[in-house]
Amino acid sequence: MMLISAAMTLVVGHELQSAEPKEEKQRLRKEKKQHKKNKKDDRGPPEKEKEKEKASVPAPSKPATQSPAHKAAPVPVNASASESPVAAEKPAKSKAELRAERRARQDSERASKQGKKEGGQQSTSSKPKATPNELQPVVKRLPDHVQVDDPVALKKLAKKLERQQKSGQGCSLNITGVKVPLRSDYGYKVSLFSHLHQYSRKNPPTQQISIPVTVIHPSIVRLGLQYSQGIIAGSNARSVALLHAFKQVIQDYSTPPNEELSRDLVNKLSPYISFLSQCRPLSASMGNAIKYIKKEISNIPSQCKEEEAKRILQECIDSYINEKIILASEAISKYAIEKISDGDVILVYGCSSLVNHILCEAFEKQRKFRVIVVDSRPRLEGREALRRLVKKGIRCTYVLISALSYILPEVSKVFLGAHALLANGYVMSRVGTSQIALVAKAYNVPVLVCCETYKFCERVQTDSFVSNELDDPDDLIVTRNGKTHLENWQTVKSLGLLNLVYDVTPPDFVDLVITDLGMIPCTSVPVVLRVKNVDQ
Amino acid sequence: NVDKNKLVEYFRAQIREDPDVASAVAAIRSLLEFLKRDQSETILGLRENMTKAIQRLEETDSSVAVSSGGELFLRFISLTSLEHPDLSQCKNVMIERGELFLKKISLSRGKVGKLCHTFIKDGAKILTHSSSRVVLKVLENAAADNKRFTVYVTESQPDSAGKLMAQKLHNLNIPVTVVLDAAVGYIMEKVDLVIVGAEGVVESGGVINKIGTYQMAVCSKAHNKPFYVVAESFKFVRLYPLNQQDVPDRFKYKADILKTVKDLNQEHPMIDYTPPSLITLLFTDLGVLTPSAVSDELIKLYL
Repeated sequence: MMLISAAMTLVVGHELQSAEPKEEKQRLRKEKKQHKKNKKDDRGPPEKEKEKEKASVPAPSKPATQSPAHKAAPVPVNASASESPVAAEKPAKSKAELRAERRARQDSERASKQGKKEGGQQSTSSKPKATPNELQPVVKRLPDHVQVDDPVALKKLAKKLERQQKSGQGCSLNITGVKVPLRSDYGYKVSLFSHLHQYSRKNPPTQQISIPVTVIHPSIVRLGLQYSQGIIAGSNARSVALLHAFKQVIQDYSTPPNEELSRDLVNKLSPYISFLSQCRPLSASMGNAIKYIKKEISNIPSQCKEEEAKRILQECIDSYINEKIILASEAISKYAIEKISDGDVILVYGCSSLVNHILCEAFEKQRKFRVIVVDSRPRLEGREALRRLVKKGIRCTYVLISALSYILPEVSKVFLGAHALLANGYVMSRVGTSQIALVAKAYNVPVLVCCETYKFCERVQTDSFVSNELDDPDDLIVTRNGKTHLENWQTVKSLGLLNLVYDVTPPDFVDLVITDLGMIPCTSVPVVLRVKNVDQ
Repeated sequence: NVDKNKLVEYFRAQIREDPDVASAVAAIRSLLEFLKRDQSETILGLRENMTKAIQRLEETDSSVAVSSGGELFLRFISLTSLEHPDLSQCKNVMIERGELFLKKISLSRGKVGKLCHTFIKDGAKILTHSSSRVVLKVLENAAADNKRFTVYVTESQPDSAGKLMAQKLHNLNIPVTVVLDAAVGYIMEKVDLVIVGAEGVVESGGVINKIGTYQMAVCSKAHNKPFYVVAESFKFVRLYPLNQQDVPDRFKYKADILKTVKDLNQEHPMIDYTPPSLITLLFTDLGVLTPSAVSDELIKLYL
C-alpha cells in the first residue's frame, strides 16, 4: 500500500540521509502529493477551499508541536515546510492524518529494525537525523530563474503561477480560467548556460492569455509585451515604465470587502510581477523599485481611506522617480563634468541614458571634447547614442568593438554606464563592457562608471555565468549579399547560438564610480549600501 | 582685509615659533584665532568669512594639508546643532568645538608614531623620501624602543629637503645615508621597507606627496618591498585624481609661483600623485588602514 511504501522509504531515506538527501526528499514529496491527490478525488473542491482557510492557520503551528521523540517524521515535514513556502496552503487535515499513520508505522518498523541492527549503528543514524533538523531552516534556495535545467523547480514554478491566478480570483470556483503563462524555452542552449531561460521573440508570452484578461491588468500586459519585444530597453527606462504602470494599477484598484488595502494590494501585485518576469527577467533596478513600493503599500495605516491611500501611493512613486532617477542624474552630471577637461577624447560604449546626459550637459557647459562611440552586434545600441550626441553637435567617431585596441591609444577617458553594482564591487553591465574595461586598463586609460544608487544591489557575483540573461538566438542571424548563412541553425545538432545580454566587470579595472552620493572607488559600494540601509 | 593680513601674519608667526608644527595645525590655530576675533552678526556671515579666510591661507601656503585641514575644521565646528537664538552663544559653541578639534589633531602625530614603529624590525633598512616630520616621529619612537636600523634618504631636489632630514636623524644618533633621487632603483634591492609621509590623502586611497614619491612607489612594487605611508587624519581631502595631470594646479606649485608666473608649463611641479594600487598600508591616527578603507573613513568624516 502507498503508506507502507512511504514509511519504508522514510526509514531507508534516513540511513542514506548523508548520501543523497535531495533525491530522497523529492521522492518523499512526490509520494505525499500522490497521496493528497487520492484524497482530493474522494472529496469535492468546495471542501478543499474551506480546508485551505483552516489549514493556513494550523499548518504553521504543526511543525512547532512535533515531539522530539519522533525525529523521523518532522525531518521531511520540516524540509517541505521550509523549502516550499506553498506548503502551508496544502490541506493540513490530510497532512496530519498522513503524519499520524506514518508515525505509527515507523514505530513498528523501527522496533523490528532495532532487533536486527546493533545499537551503535542506530545512534549514528539518529545523529544525522538530529543535525539536519537544525540545519533544515538555514538551507537557502536558488532563485527560480537560475534553475531552468532542474525539472522539479520548473514544475514548482508552474504550480506557483497557477496558484497565483487562483488567489487573484479570491473565492471564485472558476479554476479553468486565465493563467499567468509559463513561457517555454526556445532552441538549443549552450550547456554552460542551460540553467537560464532562452525565449524567442516570435512566441510572445501573451499567446496563451485569452482576451479579455481578467487577472492581469492591461497596462501590465502592455508593459510585459514591450519588455519582451525589446521596445523598452535600458535599465532606467524599464524602471520608469514599471513605476508608471504600477501607478495605473493603483489608480484602477478597488479594495474588495473585508480586505485591507495594505495587504490585498501587495497580493494583487504578485501575479503581475511573475508575469513581468516571465516576459523578461527583472533587472536589479526594477527589483529595488518593487521592494520600495511593497514597503510603502504595507506602511499605509489601516484607518486610511481608499482615496487617500491611493493618493499617498501615487505621490510616493512620483517622488521615487524624481529623486532616484531624475535628480540623481543631475547630481551625477555635476560630479562628472569636473572630470571632463578641455581636449579630452572620451570613449563610450552602447547607449546609456546617464552617460549621454552627462556628455550633453558637459557640451552645454562649453567643455571642448570629442567622443568615440563603440558599438557591437546584435543590438547595435551605439547607433542610438550616436544619433543623440550628433544631434547636440558633439564631434563623434563610431567604431565596432573589434577595433577597440586600434582606437584606444587616442582615448583619454572611458565613461561606462551600469545595469547594477554588486555588493562586492563588481559592475554588471551590457555584454562587452568588461572587455572595454580590460583593454583600457592595459593601455592605462582611466575607466569611470556612472551609476545611480538605486541600482546598487546586495547580490554578489564573481563571474558572468551564474546569473545572466539569454536573448533570442535568432538575433544573431544576419543577411549579407543575399545570403543568410545561419538560417537553419536549428537543424545542425551540434550548433548553438549564444546571445548573452550582461557581463560582470571586476573592480580592479574600474578607477572611479560616480554616484549621486559623490565619487567613490569601486570597493566602497558596500559602504554606500550600509549607509543607505541605516537611512531607511 | 586688514583682518586677512593679520591672519596671515599670525599664521607665519606660528610657523616661525614652532618649526616642528604641521602647517595644517598652524593654519587651524590661526583660523580659531580669527573666529574668536570675528565681528559678523549672522552665522551665514561667519561661515562666509571663515571660507574666505581659508582661501587666503591657501594662497599663502599652497599645500594640500592646509586646504584639507581648513575644510575639516569648518565642518567640525559647524556640524553641530546651532539652534541657540543668541549668536554669541553659538559662537562660543563653535569656539569650544574648535579648541577640541585643535587638541585632537595636535596629538595625532604622536598617535601615528606609536602605531607605526612596531612595523620596524630590528636590523631593518628603511628608505624614505624628502623631509617629513611624521616619519621623523616614527623613527624617533622606534629608536627610543631600542631598535637598531639604518635609514636611506633621498636628496629630494629642487629644495634638497632630504639633507635637512639627514641632519635631524643624525642628531638622533640613527645611521643615515643620503642618496640621489636617481639612485632609488639602485638602492631598492638593499632596503627592507619604504616609509614616506604625505601632504594629502585622496579619496581613492592614493597619496599626494613630494615629487619623486610615485617613482619610489613603482620601484618598490617592482621589487615587492612594502610601501608604507604615514599621515594624520586631517590630511584626508575630497579629491579624486585619475592620473598625474588630474591633480589641480593650485596644489602642484608653490603659492608665490602661482601668483607671479604666467606660463605654468615652464615650471616644475612640486608634488605628484601615487595611486592606491602601489601602497601597502596607511598609518593614520584613525588606525592602520588599507587604501580601500580610506574611502570608508572619508565617507564617515564628510557625510
